[in-house]
Amino acid sequence: MAVSKSVLEEFTKGLWSENPVIKALLGLCPTLAVTNSALNGLSMGLATTFVLISSSTIVSIIKRVVPAQVRIPTFIVIIAGFVTVADIFLKAQFPPISKSLGPYVPLIVVNCLILGRSEIFASKHSVGMSIIDALGMGVGFSGTLVVLGSIREILGSGSLFNFKFLAESLFTPWVVMVLPAGAFLTLGFLIGMINFISSRKGSKGRAQP
Amino acid sequence: MEKEAKEQESAVGLIITSSPHILKETSIPKIMHTVIMALIPAMAVSIYFFRLRAVIMIVTCTLASMLTEAFFQRLRKRQVTVYDGSAIITGILLALTLPPSFPVFGAVLGAVFAVAIGKQFFGGLGYNIFNPALLGRAFLQATYPVLITTWTEPFAKKGVDAIATATPLALMKFEGKMVPLLDLFFGNTSGSLGETSALAIIIGGLYLRYKGYINWKLPLGYLGAIFVFGGIFWLINPAKYPVPVFHILAGGAMLGAWFMVTDMVTSPVTVLGQWIFVIGAGFLVVIIRLFGGLPEGVMYSILLMNAIVPLLNRWTKPKIFGEVK
Repeated sequence: MAVSKSVLEEFTKGLWSENPVIKALLGLCPTLAVTNSALNGLSMGLATTFVLISSSTIVSIIKRVVPAQVRIPTFIVIIAGFVTVADIFLKAQFPPISKSLGPYVPLIVVNCLILGRSEIFASKHSVGMSIIDALGMGVGFSGTLVVLGSIREILGSGSLFNFKFLAESLFTPWVVMVLPAGAFLTLGFLIGMINFISSRKGSKGRAQP
Repeated sequence: MEKEAKEQESAVGLIITSSPHILKETSIPKIMHTVIMALIPAMAVSIYFFRLRAVIMIVTCTLASMLTEAFFQRLRKRQVTVYDGSAIITGILLALTLPPSFPVFGAVLGAVFAVAIGKQFFGGLGYNIFNPALLGRAFLQATYPVLITTWTEPFAKKGVDAIATATPLALMKFEGKMVPLLDLFFGNTSGSLGETSALAIIIGGLYLRYKGYINWKLPLGYLGAIFVFGGIFWLINPAKYPVPVFHILAGGAMLGAWFMVTDMVTSPVTVLGQWIFVIGAGFLVVIIRLFGGLPEGVMYSILLMNAIVPLLNRWTKPKIFGEVK
């Protein structure tokens, strides 16, 4: 298809330059809803990464047999299948996590990040490249969710990965941070800061894509 | 009324510039310093009732606001205009809306949020959508919901250090008790630092009105709307709902009406827009106070109406004479 990039480039673009949350603003619903703790962010990130890699692989394998007119329903069916797998797996193996994520696990089906990668990338590239791309995007997504979850958990409950290191007497938790408003504030700050860093890099004469 | 307008004259005595043609000697520092003067009665009363706590809160909030303003203006490579007084007003107003027992670190956090996010992130003075002081308080309300609703009796009342108690609005809402209106008027009740005394705020507000820096429509329209909507509910069921005068004197209605609704930056510019703004805000206060989860609704009423001010300005734009659609 287009100019073929190296494997490394396809992987790293998901981490920074095309980060699904920070740069593309995809999958904001789980990003805002479940990142009230670092652990929740990590579980949601891993579940999404699993669905992303699996569905990208299948979509890439069957890309030649799917008629263009019905490709979106086909992708959704594939994605829904893997989401069901992830949902049932979490319910069986990690009931507490499944409980705290609630309806947001089944809702991975409508995460536009996954459909987006299927449509933009996996249906046009080889299986190997699609897996690399999905892995990069998944790691970028999970990483961002963990960062968001960590910031919100530290400020909102004085702990990190449920390990309490700030005593209530030293630090009064900011209740707003575990509420939805805190998610919007933190995400806004994060995007603003990363755009600021990116623009500085650009102005210092670094190559900007 | 407006002060005498001084017109810039050219050498031949004719004005040859484009509009605006009426120039006044007003400037941002002049307006802001007048507002600070107008806040002195409210500050004095809060210091009389809450002693050292009031001083600590006002000084902390003001210093934190000024430092944040200077820091962000330097960061954004703008002219540092800390001494124009707008950050000082934000600090004082924030302090006056906080309970006397509020911790100092919380006050600093609120002031930093107010100036940094409420003002500088939007582009500085004149570009902010929301009243910065109220935004800071709203953040604190969400951040420390317990600390910000812990009230103490005025020290001057009992002669002891601090007695935890409910505000007049909370008493009305949750226990159905009424605080004497005269106490509300002079400020001998519990509540936020500056909102307890209606009298002190009215004095400051009238001074501002005398100076011509606030539009009478905004405070009177706001209080009038609260009075009318509160009165409607009182007429429906006098046993359950408080008299309308109570609504005006209790809580932050006075402070909000004279110093926050009238914020030049965040209120509409057209006359019709101003009426919609104040009536909408007054309606929201009564609805939140009587049916909402919180006892007080002044902060959210003004913030919510602030949010639609840009729309109001657009909708109520007067037609140009002879304009054809």
